[in-house]
Amino acid sequence: MSTDGILVLTRSAPYGSSAARDALDVALTCSVFEQPVTLLFLDDGVFQLLKEQSPSAIAQKNLNAVQQSLPLYDIERLCVGRSSLEQRGLSGAELILPVELIDDADLPALLAQHRHVLSI
Amino acid sequence: MIFSIVVQASPVQNQGAETALRFARAVLAAGHSIHRIFFYRDGVQNGSALSCTPQDELNIPQQWQALAKQHQLDLVVCIAAAVRRGVINEQEATRYKREQWNLNDAFELSGLGQLVEACIQSDRVVTFGGRS
Repeated sequence: MSTDGILVLTRSAPYGSSAARDALDVALTCSVFEQPVTLLFLDDGVFQLLKEQSPSAIAQKNLNAVQQSLPLYDIERLCVGRSSLEQRGLSGAELILPVELIDDADLPALLAQHRHVLSI
Repeated sequence: MIFSIVVQASPVQNQGAETALRFARAVLAAGHSIHRIFFYRDGVQNGSALSCTPQDELNIPQQWQALAKQHQLDLVVCIAAAVRRGVINEQEATRYKREQWNLNDAFELSGLGQLVEACIQSDRVVTFGGRS
């Protein structure tokens, strides 16, 4: 199997820690250096992609603004764990960008498609 | 094989930094090389020259310095993460008009591009202390 690019794996909800922002910064930097990059959201990480966030009440910057710029950086492969989404009562329609839903059984193959996995 | 290591944990509160240190030693002992050790997020605290540890405990920042000296390792601290947390060198102290600085000389401040470059150059990139 050919392996190419970097997979950035993020599993934390937004705003409770800097993980969401830090993962986005890594993905954007990969793109600037012309490395193919995939973002994978698992567990509470799926909350990062919810539409209509309003974190200004807690003096945080809205992640949606940066997320909407991802296609402009050629970061088009956003993968979301299907079971993570379903366990939290969410659906793809509630997310800010179109995503690829990945079944648990297909996660190892997704990881194996990439040269490196950066877990943030 | 060429390795790079990403450290996201501070040296005291989590085990991640110490595990990364032991992993780095094991990689070198097995005859592999380390292209870079990149300190990101709270991992930038490993670069502080001011941490003081009780004598019967491991001083992780000092251990990184010793390992880097012994093996000529490239220890890079993410500049954006570091300046936010008050881990700065003399140059950044001047830039941000601060009167003190605390980055140990064994570490260099640089951008996330150094992490991506490490991914390009390395056969394996191993992260420690993520998920927090």
